[in-house]
Amino acid sequence: MIAFLIKRLFHALLVMFIISVISFAIQDNLGDPIQQMVGQSVPESERATLREELGLNDPFLVQYLRFAKNALQFDFGYSYFFNEPTTEVILRHLPATLELVAAATFLIVTLSVPIGVYSAIKPRSPLSRLFMGVSIVGISIPVFLTAIVLIQIFSIGISITPFPEDIGWGSWLNGLLSTEGGMPAYGRGNDLTHVFGTWYTNYASWDSLVYLVLPAISLASIMLPLFIRLIRAEMLEVLQSDYVKFAKAKGISMRRIYFLHALKNTMLPVITVGGVQIGTLVAFTILTETVFQWPGMGLMFLDAIERSDIPLIITYLMVVGLIFVITNTLVDLIYGLVNPTVKLTGKPA
Amino acid sequence: MTFKKTLLASLIGATLSLPLAASAQTDDITLRVAYDADPVSLDIHEQLSGGMLQLSHLTFDPLVRWTQDFDFEPRLATDWEQVDNTTMQMTLREGITFHSGNPFTAKDVVWTVERLKRSPDFKAIFDPVASITAVDDHTVEFKTKEPYPLLLNLATYIFPMDSEFYSGKTDSGKDKGEIVKNGNSYASTHISGTGPFKVTQRQQGVKVEFARFEDYWDDGSPGNVDHIVLTPISENATRVAALLSGDVDFIAPVPPNDLERVRADEDVKLVTMSGTRIILLHMNQDRVEAFKDPRVRQAIAYTINQKAIADRLMKGFATPAAQLSPEGYAGHNPELEPRYDLEKAKQLMKEAGYEDGFSITMMAPNNRYVNDAQIAQAVAAMLARINVKVDLKTLPKAQYWPEYDARAADLMLIGWHSDTEDSANFYQYLTECPNADTGAGQYNAGMYCNPEIDKIVAEANLETDRDKRSQMLQFVEQALYDDAAFIPLHWQDLAWAAQNEVQIEPVLNVMNFPYLGDVVVQQE
Repeated sequence: MIAFLIKRLFHALLVMFIISVISFAIQDNLGDPIQQMVGQSVPESERATLREELGLNDPFLVQYLRFAKNALQFDFGYSYFFNEPTTEVILRHLPATLELVAAATFLIVTLSVPIGVYSAIKPRSPLSRLFMGVSIVGISIPVFLTAIVLIQIFSIGISITPFPEDIGWGSWLNGLLSTEGGMPAYGRGNDLTHVFGTWYTNYASWDSLVYLVLPAISLASIMLPLFIRLIRAEMLEVLQSDYVKFAKAKGISMRRIYFLHALKNTMLPVITVGGVQIGTLVAFTILTETVFQWPGMGLMFLDAIERSDIPLIITYLMVVGLIFVITNTLVDLIYGLVNPTVKLTGKPA
Repeated sequence: MTFKKTLLASLIGATLSLPLAASAQTDDITLRVAYDADPVSLDIHEQLSGGMLQLSHLTFDPLVRWTQDFDFEPRLATDWEQVDNTTMQMTLREGITFHSGNPFTAKDVVWTVERLKRSPDFKAIFDPVASITAVDDHTVEFKTKEPYPLLLNLATYIFPMDSEFYSGKTDSGKDKGEIVKNGNSYASTHISGTGPFKVTQRQQGVKVEFARFEDYWDDGSPGNVDHIVLTPISENATRVAALLSGDVDFIAPVPPNDLERVRADEDVKLVTMSGTRIILLHMNQDRVEAFKDPRVRQAIAYTINQKAIADRLMKGFATPAAQLSPEGYAGHNPELEPRYDLEKAKQLMKEAGYEDGFSITMMAPNNRYVNDAQIAQAVAAMLARINVKVDLKTLPKAQYWPEYDARAADLMLIGWHSDTEDSANFYQYLTECPNADTGAGQYNAGMYCNPEIDKIVAEANLETDRDKRSQMLQFVEQALYDDAAFIPLHWQDLAWAAQNEVQIEPVLNVMNFPYLGDVVVQQE
């Protein structure tokens, strides 16, 4: 176990090292940070001075070694835009992203398992077909479109009048199809509760929890259909297996077969895919956070690219690499718990 | 309102309304503003940019400011007098205090101008000022190196800072007044001006909160806003959605694609103005031999249909241009019109011996100006009609400017706003013979060079008679037009939108510094 964790720690370091080298190598293509710092009419001589001060004229190796030396002491440089250590900037933006991911994960887990299991147990029921149909649509719609449609319907509101407004039932149907809007369209709101350090939470009051709803639904909209389909497919396969048939023949109640024996085996591949997908969720937070102006790491990263804030870009990429390694490690640990035949150290049981 | 109710109600699409303007119930009026970006710093001398000037007008007051029709309105300076060719005296308003409580006097103005002359961003435009001295507590005297007609234009950039507040050392031994481009300084996190609003809270990239300065000097200001919350929303669609859903009261800019949507909404209003930012194309003569021939340049000028771009591509959100200076500027020549004439263009190409055309490269940004990439595509398509084949590449602005500085393509698109609101600034940066030592023609990617014209511009810059100077500059526009030194496309319009009860019209201007200190929010 310990050996496994130490091995993973080295993986993390290796990943971060490679990311830092690659991002350093491409930094010249990320634009000129000086351009973002000065007004358009600033003469070239001033720019040259600033460029020299920032050490941007040094050769690649000099710049990288300087960075690596500081990075070993956990100093990843100053963000050009925020004028603060990049690690602080990221720590300040991290809670917003984690809370959003947590809300989306909650939606995914609580909805995908029952729906997936139901549509596996009753594959021919109309409800299952509906779920499958909707999930195909869900997978196909890009997340930013989902987000904009949600904003239009639930924040701005839509009024459509396909039915005659002057007749009672027509007006009632129109009212049913139209929305008033009113849900917050951007940001985290002003009533955040301080937890500790840089962590302000949306979870502490109803008023601020409302701000999470639309972003979380948008973010979940990509993964939820995927998981429903995955759980359904795995469950269908498991239900065909011999041990389920034996269990049935033995007379065990169907409920026990479904939820204890079958579900447990269904979850194994789901956990593997899930772990990888949570990493991917980080990528989708970039899109969701941009549309909802959610002040998390994704929005911060996109802004950093716009501003050629190279130290922040590099640190962000390294942090994301770390997150991937950590989630993969956690997945492996959980995998071991669910399926004791898997040994983490690779030795046969 | 409980969460359960909110979620349920919204999900089934039933009625639910958050209070539209929270201000309605209380006496405190809060104006929620969403711009596409927030100010990069609290130090107004750190960067010369639209966002910083907007901040300056909120928290400071200039000596004089522009009115909607390009006149000067006295602010902290009440009166000014040209003593001789190179000397001007300004009388300052009395009885004004800074946010810190310090009184405002002539020494603050002197301190501020000296600091401006040290700022990397401002020192170039303040170069003509030789010295400034305090004559007495409420009079300052400007000396310019040479006769300088634009001193009042410069005075719109002088936002006197609280010299006492910004003097001395911080705990870590740093000078409080230093200007730091990269890294924190005292001035970038602390602020004390004379303006209508104080900064109460700031989270960079998330929001800035302002509260009205209780001792604000301007009793004549109709402004009744007590608090401003400024949120940057860079995503266009979200900014518009935030306004339409009532989450914010005032947004800028309104993206052209959403103009109709905003106009159609009954609860909000849209204000547009013809702007002063010129969008133009530079034809690089050093890279393409054919561009050295004025007939080829003219042919290209005759090929580009500015009206079509403004009407169709920009959906009327632009004013077609045939020169650099917009209306209201000293150099604006009313006789110059866009000259779209394809036959003439073909004939000129034939005369120049390029009937069969040639191939060129072109670069344009794709996220800097309104519809910039589409404009470049339209231009490329238009040029195909005179057999000029264009290899177009569009880039995000962060990558575009290094390419621009390297003059990496034959045809390059740029937009320019004159920092001094004066025509000469256009020529200095865009058409003068490039000279790395003086910085002239820094953005002249056409490498166009006409010493005759430069000489007239230089003379105009010493001419203090405004009418005479205006004539000289108009002559320059005519000469550049005849020579087809560059291809002007249009002046990009400006657009703002607000909830109906926010009376934004009187406080807006083409400089895009809304004077939010004077904005009135109507109450029921």
